[in-house]
Amino acid sequence: MSFWIYILAAVIKIALMLFILLTAVAYIVWLERKVVGRIQNRWGPTRVGPFGLLQPAADGIKFILKEDLTPPHVYKPIFIAAPIIAVVFALTSIALIPFGNAVRILGYNVPLQITDVNTGLLIVLGITSMGVYGIALAGWSSNNKYSMLGGLRASAQMISYELSLGLSLIGVLILAGTFSLRGIVTSQGGHSLGFIPNWNIFRGGQIVAFFIYLTSAYAETNRIPFDMPEAETELVAGYHTEYSAMKFAMFFMAEYANMVTVACLATLLFLGGWNGPLFGPPLLQVVLPVLWFFLKVFAFIFLYIWVRGTMPRLRYDQLMAFGWKFLLPLSLVNLIITAFVVAVRA
Amino acid sequence: MVPLSYYLVLSAILFACGVMGFLLKRNIITIFMSIELMLNAVNLSFVAFASQWHALSGQIFVFFVMVVAAAEAAVGLAIIISVYRTRDTLNVDRVNLLKL
Amino acid sequence: MLHLILFLAFGAICIAGAVNLLLQTHPIQSALSLIVVMAALAAEYVLLGAEFVAAVQVIVYAGAIMVLFVFVIMLLNAGEEERSAGSHIAMLLGVPSLLLLGVLLTWAVTHHPSDSVNVGSLYGDPKTIGRLLFNQYLLPFEITSLLILIAIMGAVVLASKPETSASGKEN
Repeated sequence: MSFWIYILAAVIKIALMLFILLTAVAYIVWLERKVVGRIQNRWGPTRVGPFGLLQPAADGIKFILKEDLTPPHVYKPIFIAAPIIAVVFALTSIALIPFGNAVRILGYNVPLQITDVNTGLLIVLGITSMGVYGIALAGWSSNNKYSMLGGLRASAQMISYELSLGLSLIGVLILAGTFSLRGIVTSQGGHSLGFIPNWNIFRGGQIVAFFIYLTSAYAETNRIPFDMPEAETELVAGYHTEYSAMKFAMFFMAEYANMVTVACLATLLFLGGWNGPLFGPPLLQVVLPVLWFFLKVFAFIFLYIWVRGTMPRLRYDQLMAFGWKFLLPLSLVNLIITAFVVAVRA
Repeated sequence: MVPLSYYLVLSAILFACGVMGFLLKRNIITIFMSIELMLNAVNLSFVAFASQWHALSGQIFVFFVMVVAAAEAAVGLAIIISVYRTRDTLNVDRVNLLKL
Repeated sequence: MLHLILFLAFGAICIAGAVNLLLQTHPIQSALSLIVVMAALAAEYVLLGAEFVAAVQVIVYAGAIMVLFVFVIMLLNAGEEERSAGSHIAMLLGVPSLLLLGVLLTWAVTHHPSDSVNVGSLYGDPKTIGRLLFNQYLLPFEITSLLILIAIMGAVVLASKPETSASGKEN
């Protein structure tokens, strides 16, 4: 493909992806309110539109029209920059996530991914580790003891659980042999024993790594049971106490966009990505992998929301002890066992 | 194509900024950050030469420089915290008495 | 051609960040400028073909070491820097002569014919670097892990709160 066609395709893909991601974030909020409401035996939003489906639009209009107040004693440059940093890093990692095989549009082979980098997994990990700054700087610049404590706790929690997150992924890397996300999904194609798919969670034996990844993902995105830093009953609202209207909406979007990124990574690495039964006419065969991908991501996010509605939150020292004293040794053991099995089998 | 000397000039400019920060600034944490900037400039030189001589050892050495920088940052910041606790100032000009 | 444009763009971001580190008074602004320099350097590493080193630079340097710096600045509540007694003559003579020296050295270095660096000529992929690291450079690797262990212990001991001698009086 010539250079300019490549740039044009990339721009179109970026615009499309941003639109899909932001709409998905808005409707995940709706899904969460409905599902958590039903778990708690109440309806959730029902008034705005059928089944409350227009509630995210109403929330969006509210956030835009609300008064954006900046308290007088904050450190202004960083107060304004912190939500921007959080949102930028949350939205950037979607550029490396592949959604399906290559598609032939107008005679060009367009891969369903904005860029395919050879060290894609490492770069996604790097971008998520930069997301700590938005929270730490927001907590500090608010000049408020609740925000400061919330910000410090949130950033300490995030950098602690990044270790077990990364280590649990190394088992997958040993099995796939490549850092490229597309390559990892391709290595999970096919079936063994006739009907068990070759996903890393079944045949790859990475079920323990999947649970470590799941737990570390809950801690990385500051969700229950690890949401001590933003718990309403503990710290007023944690690091986003002093933020209102659009800046608060940006933190909100960053948190849910991080959830989507983590769910996409789990699907690609453990649940086989877009591999699934293919049938029907050629047009359907192009759409089906993307559909399987979205179904798996939806299942993962539903699990997120289900756990939020069901479990209590961990106290902060329990949280840190769990991360350092249990998850980190367990992920190291998983790594050693996987490496041993692969070495013996080869 | 970019000549190697361009990378070396960039590395030299970054190193010079690091040295200036080290000599001119008064806040001890900013002095520390200037040291990190110097280490980064040196890393760029290593990678540029590795690319010219087709030797991956340059990139391996960058790892070791990063590890040493991490260890030094950890211990140095711990020392800075102790100095702040005893002297209650972060200005290096004020840390000028051996005994408080 | 594109290589030159990208190199100049990221080089300009590096230099702007480094100069901003010098010009800012509050340490947190200097820390953020340093993070920008590190990110632009990671892009330069990718241009030189060292993509594993670039990813490690973002994860370790910009994502962990600078977080440590930002934490310490937040905890110690470092305020704006005070102006120290500098001399005006030094600034009037020093800065122009520094710029002149820089221009002379740059001219001397770049007009000497040297080899060009092509994008992608040396490929630092994780497999090759891993093989080198675990075969040829195994001893330095193990020694650096020991170094990190010592640094962790040292940092914990140095930063822990000193024990108070009069601990709790019984009523």
